[in-house]
Amino acid sequence: MVRRILPLVAGLLWASSAFAADVTLLNVSYDPTRELYADFNKAFAAAYQKETGKSIEIKQSHGGSGSQARAVIDGLQADVVTLALAYDIDAIAAKGLTAPDWQKRLPLNASPYTSTIVFLVRKGNPKGIKDWDDLIKPGVNVITPNPKTSGGARWNYLAAWGYAEKKLGSPDKARKFVGDLFKNVPVLDTGARGSTVTFVERGVGDVLLAWENEAFLAQREFGKDKFEIVAPPLSILAEPPIAIVDKVADKKGTQAVAEAYLKYWYTKEGQEIAARNSYRPRDAEIAKEYEKSFAKVELFTIDDVFGGWAKAQKEHFGEGGIFDQIYKN
Amino acid sequence: MSLQSSLVPPVTELRAYAPTADLAVSPLSSRRERAHPQAGTAPDNLRTEPGPVRFIIIALAITFLSVFVVLPLVVVFASAFSKGIGAYVAALAEPEAMAAIRLTLLVAAISVSLNLVFGVIAAWAIAKFDFAGKTFLITLIDLPFSVSPVISGLVFVLLFGAQGYFGTWLQAHDIHILFAVPGIALATIFVTFPFVARALIPLMQEQGTQEEEAAISLGASGLQTFFRVTLPNIKWGLLYGVLLCNARAMGEFGAVSVVSGHIRGETNTMPLLVEILYNEYQFVASFAIASLLAMLALITLVVKTVLERRLDEGQEPKD
Repeated sequence: MVRRILPLVAGLLWASSAFAADVTLLNVSYDPTRELYADFNKAFAAAYQKETGKSIEIKQSHGGSGSQARAVIDGLQADVVTLALAYDIDAIAAKGLTAPDWQKRLPLNASPYTSTIVFLVRKGNPKGIKDWDDLIKPGVNVITPNPKTSGGARWNYLAAWGYAEKKLGSPDKARKFVGDLFKNVPVLDTGARGSTVTFVERGVGDVLLAWENEAFLAQREFGKDKFEIVAPPLSILAEPPIAIVDKVADKKGTQAVAEAYLKYWYTKEGQEIAARNSYRPRDAEIAKEYEKSFAKVELFTIDDVFGGWAKAQKEHFGEGGIFDQIYKN
Repeated sequence: MSLQSSLVPPVTELRAYAPTADLAVSPLSSRRERAHPQAGTAPDNLRTEPGPVRFIIIALAITFLSVFVVLPLVVVFASAFSKGIGAYVAALAEPEAMAAIRLTLLVAAISVSLNLVFGVIAAWAIAKFDFAGKTFLITLIDLPFSVSPVISGLVFVLLFGAQGYFGTWLQAHDIHILFAVPGIALATIFVTFPFVARALIPLMQEQGTQEEEAAISLGASGLQTFFRVTLPNIKWGLLYGVLLCNARAMGEFGAVSVVSGHIRGETNTMPLLVEILYNEYQFVASFAIASLLAMLALITLVVKTVLERRLDEGQEPKD
């Protein structure tokens, strides 16, 4: 018995090393980009092979944006990080793993694709949810992940705040609005995908605050007859950034490949991949082509309303920050 | 009288069922209880319960088991095969699934063999010798049972993480422990630490040291005594411990999740991959892997029952 199993196990173990590619990159990313990067990596590997004749394998790791940044800081050997928000890469830069000016090294704030926050509701929109106002009505259950761990959740929170501040006119009123909103949240998952699963599969809640791409994906997976996407007239421009982790890439000698990998996002092919995975492309031509796929939403940026990520993070999500105060009450 | 006895079941009755309820309890205690029931309390007394009470208790137990054990198992297998056997096989043949199975087997092999050696040595020391700090050592062995697996994982992050105590040194020497196989193996070893030792200690204590003393007085060396006398005496208990250790090693989620880094096709074990696939809406693939783990559980259960029977039959079962 043992004699028969041992060669089998040995064979299996050996098989793993047999397909080693010429170059390997590790991309540490956030939760909802699994399908996006599966698509993108395949296209890049083909393009890279064509150009250099070398095979490349890109390994992926996905999780909540904040905890993924933490893992990289703790030594996860990521050549590149593609996270949900700039603050998480700032945290990596603060430990000296990447250059402090990482956001200037690639075009467009190092965010080759953008997204926004929309509402996913059940078929027929039984609670009649049209805009942010509807989320604070009594009896409406809102699903969103925990802003402490999830990047998407921080965008959700800031989108709601930005709306309220613009509409109601003062930060105090915005604070009350967001407080009322979180009173309607029955459960906080740790990551965006966890919240989607809670809403879609476990059937909890009336409305899911979600990345636009995540809402489209849920609709594709489960059918348009089950869920509807409601785009509010005003929302936030979410810019998920990408960066090379210099310390790792230099040590592994992958700096050039990592750069080629990230720059591939700015090509027509890369932009097309973003668009067909429901991320908003930056390229005007591709954006025009996919115009009908995305709702017309007026978008404000984090710099406009909050004065950048560093400030927003400290004020709202830091220890004892506004989110902590709101959620305690 | 009958009212009282129906409310408060005899103590031995409870004890006799304890081993099946708690995997950590040594097989020996069950053996001892069954072999030497306290005079007069067992098994006749079990039948003094009024018929309806007995019926209700049995019905409750069966309902509970069906809802919490059988039903989930059925759901796992039903979901795994919901798109036919072709989809099931294809899901398991995926490179990511194969990598997870490989990694799980590798980690289990490492941690079980190390814990086997450690467990025998620790049980030997504790059962056959008296020394200062013995109780402390027993408590230490039990520690992983009482610590949450997530904490067990975090300990290794604090030790071997880039910001941890040994982080700088490890980085400088380009040694990868965290987010690689060594870290996963370490976390698994920590969590499965007590199983072998815990299975052996009571067994070896009960056997005493006479046989070893006899062997040594007849001129056997230490190693000879161990391999010819001690090992044959404990082999069934040892197998039992190894079995439970292996089941836990393959099924561990919390501690491994913390140290894995979730690199696809590289540091995801089977339990981690089940969660990942589920979150990607790949239900067939997710439950296909889950079904393998469920099968492992079933096999473990069957072998465990056989081993317990062997232990019941006495020290020297026929091969």
